[in-house]
Amino acid sequence: MSHPLVVTLDHKSKPRVLFSGDRLVEVDLPPGTRVIYPRPPLEPLRDVDAAIRYAINHPHNSDPLFAKLKPGMKVFIAVDDLSLPLPPMRRPDIRQRVLTVVLELLGQYGVDDYQICIATAFHRRMTADEVRWIVGDKIFDAHWPKRLYNMDAEKPGALKYVGKTELDEIVELVTEAVESDLIIYVNLNLVPMDGGHKSVAVGLSGYGSLKAHHNPYVMRKCHSYLDPNASELNSSIERQGRVANKLLNVFTIETTVNNNMYDKPLQFLTKNEDELSGLEASGLKALKLTLDKLPQPARQAIFQKVPSPFGVTGVNAGETEAVHVHTIKKLHDQYLVPITGQADILVLGVPYISPYSVNAFTNPLLVQVMAQGYLFNLYRGAPMVKKGGTLIFFHPVTDKFDNDQHAPYIEFVHRILPETRDALELHKKYEAKFAANPAYIEMFRTGTAYHPAHPFFMWYFGEAGRQWVGRTIVVGADNEYLPKLMGWETATNFPEALRMAADTGPKNPEITVLHCPPIVMADVTVPEHQRHLLPADRRYGKGIVAAGEGNR
Amino acid sequence: MAACYFDVDGTLVRTNLVHPTAYYMLNQPSPLQAARKWARALLGSPRMALAELQDRRLFNELLFSVYQGMSEDRLVTLAPEVVDEVLKPALYDGAKELVGKCRDAGHDVVLVSGALDLHMRPFAEWLGATDVIANKLELKDRYATGKLVRPVVAGPEKAVLLREHARARGYDLNECFAYSDSYSDVPMLSVVGHPAAVNPDPKLDRLARVYSWPILRLDGKSRS
Repeated sequence: MSHPLVVTLDHKSKPRVLFSGDRLVEVDLPPGTRVIYPRPPLEPLRDVDAAIRYAINHPHNSDPLFAKLKPGMKVFIAVDDLSLPLPPMRRPDIRQRVLTVVLELLGQYGVDDYQICIATAFHRRMTADEVRWIVGDKIFDAHWPKRLYNMDAEKPGALKYVGKTELDEIVELVTEAVESDLIIYVNLNLVPMDGGHKSVAVGLSGYGSLKAHHNPYVMRKCHSYLDPNASELNSSIERQGRVANKLLNVFTIETTVNNNMYDKPLQFLTKNEDELSGLEASGLKALKLTLDKLPQPARQAIFQKVPSPFGVTGVNAGETEAVHVHTIKKLHDQYLVPITGQADILVLGVPYISPYSVNAFTNPLLVQVMAQGYLFNLYRGAPMVKKGGTLIFFHPVTDKFDNDQHAPYIEFVHRILPETRDALELHKKYEAKFAANPAYIEMFRTGTAYHPAHPFFMWYFGEAGRQWVGRTIVVGADNEYLPKLMGWETATNFPEALRMAADTGPKNPEITVLHCPPIVMADVTVPEHQRHLLPADRRYGKGIVAAGEGNR
Repeated sequence: MAACYFDVDGTLVRTNLVHPTAYYMLNQPSPLQAARKWARALLGSPRMALAELQDRRLFNELLFSVYQGMSEDRLVTLAPEVVDEVLKPALYDGAKELVGKCRDAGHDVVLVSGALDLHMRPFAEWLGATDVIANKLELKDRYATGKLVRPVVAGPEKAVLLREHARARGYDLNECFAYSDSYSDVPMLSVVGHPAAVNPDPKLDRLARVYSWPILRLDGKSRS
């Protein structure tokens, strides 16, 4: 008996409506196709401010925050940037609410030597308006830009060596943080890859630290990187984080939000198409028609300019690892939908958003990381598709880039990628030189551009998916050359894609569709008789258990 | 081997060719001579404004005519002062670090400027640049004639000079970088493999976006 959120289609089923960038497409799927829908949003906390106070006064495996404060001490507050949540949440952002309580407490305990740093690492600098959105008007006006600022990982002397892990992974962090008496990290956790040691060890780090795990060797060992227990990326970051926490005084505050991405008028996007009311079905048709008629900038504005009504579901504070256990549990409660067995074909609608295109166009490289990276990795246990199976996704893959945010991406896609798609070669031959490009570094430091190493990281983040699937077919691309550059085949419609997949796969393939966004994670169990289909190193992983072997 | 070629005025410093010239004129041997120079410059200003609209090279030639009659000794003596009093205070935040990043990447750094080599050379040395392509005043009997030695460093000529410079030193142009703020420097930007617009004027900004050239802001205009 499958989970109610895993819907098996039959002859009477209506077409499914999936995202294709910032448009919607109706897809007729064969009977027997399984569609995984997101869970309904978890009930949000009723009194968020009270939950924040409770969390910092009753922390996990740590003294309460007030007990760590004394007059004259130096406090470094780090805050997650606006890459999360997606899209940005309605004001007040949870980070503003946490900061308000923390700053109040610092004032009460006579701590006035503090600074607030937006922990961007190699992400782009947030604009003043974006920082204002995160921290609220009051905190912004009182602190920007001297005591509230964006991190600058390329400023001479910006980073200080902290130590090395047992595997010689370098740990270097923002100098001011290292030299402070207390680091308070204010996190917003959207997916299980976020938070934990990643907050300090990645958020406040530079190239020296990032090189240890943002490389194709580590990314190929991530099964998946959205499942911390099966992620080599997570293991490496944990080792770095433990070195940092051993030497530094870190107080972690983690928050989780539910998946309430859309307001009521758009909530039909999250539902089973066969169960829509007449009004909802009309609304969906009207939205599809409107999006088809609107010019691209207007479509982008519809989805990006309207903040989401996310509800806060949890606030936990204290020692990093003890806190993160609770955060992960909350995320699993929100996202995991159990499903048994892997499919021959995984179908995805790649949407208009990515963590790296807030207030920008989702360019082809980001489409790649969304399809073969994040969406492919939305599983625990085993991938949704069999090894060597086919990934079919919908997206126009338009050759368009944001000149300010993604300047290095343009050269990466159009000059470097035509040389090679091999992640190892890109890493060994091109990354170091490209990442030292003075023009891009300056844009990263003084503009709103991503670091020139970032497009390489984005390619590596698609590596596990690329290595796993046999073929990737994109449906609805508005050009042929970019999919070819990415190593994808193209089909003009879904039936054509299915015919193509049948050439190398079974005639009657098992098809799974991940109906996302909002975020949903497949909790995949592999029946005993299919385990031999997994590569040897994946058969006995923590997450891979036979169907019915119990709950995790 | 590769080099980073930098335009100077408006790119690394917020001054233009007029500022150092004004400093030289103000520092004449006597107040009377200074007044004379000013008067001559003022009289020539409408022609200069017109020339600036038509041809950057013509503008340079008219501007530098006010140096006529200045002794070489005086020009050489004043040059370090121009660097200290005019150029250094006008340096954009981050400009020196940008030059430093180029050096860190193993590139030579060459300043390409319509200004005079007299003060560009000490400025380059202070900035950490390795070479200079700049205008030279013609001297006769150790006095400036008010003319520039050919070729005049301006507009499309910069591209020719840059190419020759790269060839002479064995740089691979595809690997070279060029930085400028002005649409008039598009030829210079176009001959290297890695052009970048710095604090671009509106026309260059539009062009840089069309060609996906990096756009840097050292003038703080986009800084939040």
